[in-house]
Amino acid sequence: MPAPIRLRELIRTIRTARTQAEEREMIQKECAAIRSSFREEDNTYRCRNVAKLLYMHMLGYPAHFGQLECLKLIASQKFTDKRIGYLGAMLLLDERQDVHLLMTNCIKNDLNHSTQYVQGLALCTLGCMGSSEMCRDLAGEVEKLLKTSNSYLRKKAALCAVHVIRKVPELMEMFLPATKNLLSEKNHGVLHTSVVLLTEMCERSPDMLAHFRKLVPQLVRILKNLIMSGYSPEHDVSGISDPFLQVRILRLLRILGKGDDDSSEAMNDILAQVATNTETSKNVGNAILYETVLTIMDIKSESGLRVLAINILGRFLLNNDKNIRYVALTSLLKTVQTDHNAVQRHRSTIVDCLKDLDVSIKRRAMELSFALVNGNNIRGMMKELLYFLDSCDPEFKADCASGVFLAAEKYAPSKRWHIDTIMRVLTTAGSYVRDDSVPNLIQLITNSVEMHAYTVQRLYKALLDDISQQPLVQVASWCIGEYGDLLVSGQCEEEEPIQVTEDEVLDVLEGLLVSNLSTPVTRGYALTAIMKLSTRFTSVNRIKKVVSIYGSSIDVELQQRAVEYNALFKKYDHMRPALLERMPIMEKTASNGPTEIVQTNGEAEPSVVEAKHPPPVTQPTNQANDLLDLLGGNDVVPVIQTTVPAKPASAGGELLDLLGDLSLSGGPAPAPATSVPSSQPAFLLDGLTSPPLFNDIAAAGIPPMTAYNKNGLKIDFTFERANPNPNIAVITIHASNSTEADMTDFVFQAAVPKTFQLQLLSPSSNVVPALNQGTVTQVIRVLNPQKQQLRMRIKLTYTHKGSAVQDLAEVNNFPPQSWQ
Amino acid sequence: MRFLLLFSRQGKLRLQKWFTPLTDREKKKVIRDMMMLVLARQPRSCNFLQWRDLKIVYKRYASLYFCAGLEDKDNELLALEVLHRYVELLDKYFGNVCELDIIFNFEKAYFILDEFLMGGEILETSKLAVGVSLEEADTLQETMEEYMSKPAY
Repeated sequence: MPAPIRLRELIRTIRTARTQAEEREMIQKECAAIRSSFREEDNTYRCRNVAKLLYMHMLGYPAHFGQLECLKLIASQKFTDKRIGYLGAMLLLDERQDVHLLMTNCIKNDLNHSTQYVQGLALCTLGCMGSSEMCRDLAGEVEKLLKTSNSYLRKKAALCAVHVIRKVPELMEMFLPATKNLLSEKNHGVLHTSVVLLTEMCERSPDMLAHFRKLVPQLVRILKNLIMSGYSPEHDVSGISDPFLQVRILRLLRILGKGDDDSSEAMNDILAQVATNTETSKNVGNAILYETVLTIMDIKSESGLRVLAINILGRFLLNNDKNIRYVALTSLLKTVQTDHNAVQRHRSTIVDCLKDLDVSIKRRAMELSFALVNGNNIRGMMKELLYFLDSCDPEFKADCASGVFLAAEKYAPSKRWHIDTIMRVLTTAGSYVRDDSVPNLIQLITNSVEMHAYTVQRLYKALLDDISQQPLVQVASWCIGEYGDLLVSGQCEEEEPIQVTEDEVLDVLEGLLVSNLSTPVTRGYALTAIMKLSTRFTSVNRIKKVVSIYGSSIDVELQQRAVEYNALFKKYDHMRPALLERMPIMEKTASNGPTEIVQTNGEAEPSVVEAKHPPPVTQPTNQANDLLDLLGGNDVVPVIQTTVPAKPASAGGELLDLLGDLSLSGGPAPAPATSVPSSQPAFLLDGLTSPPLFNDIAAAGIPPMTAYNKNGLKIDFTFERANPNPNIAVITIHASNSTEADMTDFVFQAAVPKTFQLQLLSPSSNVVPALNQGTVTQVIRVLNPQKQQLRMRIKLTYTHKGSAVQDLAEVNNFPPQSWQ
Repeated sequence: MRFLLLFSRQGKLRLQKWFTPLTDREKKKVIRDMMMLVLARQPRSCNFLQWRDLKIVYKRYASLYFCAGLEDKDNELLALEVLHRYVELLDKYFGNVCELDIIFNFEKAYFILDEFLMGGEILETSKLAVGVSLEEADTLQETMEEYMSKPAY
């Protein structure tokens, strides 16, 4: 068998391959040869073969069949073998393969080898890829080597210990004694690795941190020596003595000084010294300054030092070197929360960085600019940021647009400014705006009542220019649908009103429907907008025609909407105005899903329901929320028997939005994502305080009853079926007091059996006046889907003549009509 | 430091050192991403960029890109110095090092790296000390004769 070709020979050959296929062929041929050589257990050429295998592995070819061979090499006596063997182990093996554990014994032996370079190899391999099991087994050996006087081994043992601690943190304690005099070493390698080890231990354990705080003076001394000492050729980098060690010490000082006054004070001077004396002409000096600034900002430094640090960062911002500007922006971003005012001083420089050519710098500058925006500088900053939005690369536009919206929302000086800013974003970066901005913007516009005319006019003009940017088109069509009447009547105060006819508006909206640029969602918006205009415009026939055409649209969503709108025109025309009326102000709620669901359980013990107060949301949504609470989420889907069936999902959507606790799904989105059933609107209509259309009060049908009469306190129940849903009974309690003394702190509580759900609204007052001079009323709503016999347990507490009274009672005498 | 990669302008990997355990697939993904990001950079850009939760520092020396992935607490400016020091060590060892040296002597490039860094941290800050250890270790490597005559086990 001829000797396997040499490594360099192989490399040369492979590099002559002209195509990937040719290379693959050569590799396969060589791998085959290597495999047979391995099979023959050839000791002489194993090393060469493994080396070749490693080369092929680097090119991306599989080399797992060489793993065991690496182990054999490690076990060999020859140094050349060991070197390649360990390298192979580090490249081909990792803790995932079981094979790696076989190394443990070899490493153990080599850690005790007579030659330090062999020991070094073992330490290096263990420190690079040792698994937790290996670390556990060999930690003792590493600890021993940490105490040796041989600095070559000591520094390697220190970093190996770092790895052991990272893998098996519980072993940290074991290395503690060996750290005792690590810092008294003169050898920089040992010093550096020791500082790394100490840092690792302090970061992981507060106890260690406290223990090592006493090293601060020693560290300060070492750092001082480095700075003050003269030129040392061995450690010099551009005139600075061992910058690597300096930076590591600064980092350890940062950890030791954080939150500790004494340590921070002990290092104040040296930090000031480093900050002022370090040469800044080269990168290496700036690296040290950077670390110093980070340390100053993190520890409890005196204010003078902090100002010095921020000024250094400010100087960095003006540096010609891009890297330094980038690093300055990154650090300022970290400190902007804590030292906001100091960073504000550099605002103009930061804003200039927005114009930098470098992509990384632009990004950092953008993030920092948004962090610096506040009520005072909003106008100026926004000008710059909008200019940036115009000219920046597409990768920034989405983030920038979102940032602008957020900032505008927080600090807008006026509603007009806010709307203008939004318009600017939509028109310049409209296609990059995030999807959830559309509902947010719609809500914002709705709430800026006095700006409606201005907004719709501007949006209309924007639509005339460009219908390609979907978010803009969606917001615009929604607005036109809502405020189209303002548009044609030319009512705008803020700017010159434009002359627009109803037909022109409808032309634009119909144009959106047919355009190829419009997405299905946009088309939905457009159709709904056209529909809404039927109550605002006079040219209803045209709208009817459009709607009926889309009743046979291929797009299912559009088709459904059109059919439902058609139904509105035909059968439910009397409801159309109410359904399509102007949106009220929406309360923005952060949460999705029903607020505080009232659960009741009766039966065994009356775990009483607290007198439920509706959540403190604005009035319009109050009743609606109560309604939701009543439904209590998913379980109940009340049967709707009324006249509003396949509710136009869009109108429903908008009405649903009134509920406030649903996410504003951009207007006419179909069935809400939350648990509220889409048949909601029937109840919604019930929940609204105004529309009397649907409050068919069938009060006459159900007789009142006395639920409780004891000790002068009488509680009567009156009933209503105040909504189309026969499953909800609305009971009003009337509490009267025939005694001579008032009953104060009156609280009425009720519990119902499991199949029911109950909700208590606020009482009219909690004092029942004496001698029947007045009554306290409170409304209870009971949901009874299974039409079971209504039973209730009530608990009354009040204070009467100075003493607290509490009573429980069962109410079983409900008239059948109240629950059937 | 989490990893150190050396690759050419044409996207050929010349050295890979991983300081945390990753699967082969993950390693390949990182390499692909790094090459894609770094090779796309404009000539006079900043040497830093953000990738996932790591800071990436890269520097071009002739035809080779040196690319390191740093954790958040690592000092980027110092990392540039680290890369530079490694290049200096290579240069001293090979004498005017070029990409070909690293291609044909990749195992030596690893040996040099292992005397300078371990577990992602600097092992030795003195160029002289690293040079001395490499020389001495090289003398331990057997000559062809010695190699043939010495028993393996």
